[in-house]
Amino acid sequence: MKKWTKLTLWGLLIALGVAALIAPFASSLPDGLEKVAETKGFAAKATVLFQSIMPDYLISGIRNEKVATALAGVVGTLIVFGFVFALGKLLTRGRRAS
Amino acid sequence: MDVVSAGAVGYAVKKTTERLSERQVPLMGVMAAFIFAAQMLNFPVIGGTSGHLLGGVLAAVLLGPWPAVLVMSAVFIVQALFFQDGGLLALGANIFNMGILGVVLGYYVYFGIRKLFGGDKGILIGTFIASWLVVVLAASATAIELAVSGTSPLRVVLPAMAGVHVVIGLGEAIITTAVVAFVLQVRRDLVPGAAAK
Repeated sequence: MKKWTKLTLWGLLIALGVAALIAPFASSLPDGLEKVAETKGFAAKATVLFQSIMPDYLISGIRNEKVATALAGVVGTLIVFGFVFALGKLLTRGRRAS
Repeated sequence: MDVVSAGAVGYAVKKTTERLSERQVPLMGVMAAFIFAAQMLNFPVIGGTSGHLLGGVLAAVLLGPWPAVLVMSAVFIVQALFFQDGGLLALGANIFNMGILGVVLGYYVYFGIRKLFGGDKGILIGTFIASWLVVVLAASATAIELAVSGTSPLRVVLPAMAGVHVVIGLGEAIITTAVVAFVLQVRRDLVPGAAAK
């Protein structure tokens, strides 16, 4: 398990780095679907079930948009990692490492 | 769409449970984390539009199709729940288009091309073509679903979606292939099917 721990940590670090350091500088232009929805006039048809806690990848209450994005990115990356890791562990319960 | 996706994800869970080894679990976590972060990186494409990495084929190449389905689904679920990205009502369709159709079809296209050319060359060509194809197909599926739901007529939304994603798909293909090439260089053992050097 040792050598995979190191790889895992490195991989996670890279992902966190991408989320925290590069994502805040990403383009804010609408992506393919959003743009088509805007130009073809059906963007307003989207329904919202409930307000998520970090809409649009911004942590509310932080004025600097870049920092807000970086934090949201870090939180999301950790949530996703934890979720998949937990799921994987659950699925391989009692399995011998191959 | 929700029923189809739920069924397919359930199947993916079953298949993954059969074959997943313990050591692959952290790898899946890292893959999911990386794809989530990478999906935040929008790059301007054309006509006031941006594209971003999808990562479905990347996950499939490095993990195999069924773990990749789980990884992609997890990313979409977190995005919808926590970030209002993608939407909860559309989650079933999103998971199907990008997480299932994209991953599974992409994987078999990749696999076929890899076999055809063989070696690292086959891996990279397969990755490139599969990545591009998946983006265009997923976008087209989205357009068809939008048309079926009455949101927008097919003759309007299909060319629009397919058109812009032909270009975005190129970005996906380039980025995915670059990442796979990098992994082949530094950790060949992480690419299933790569011959040992």
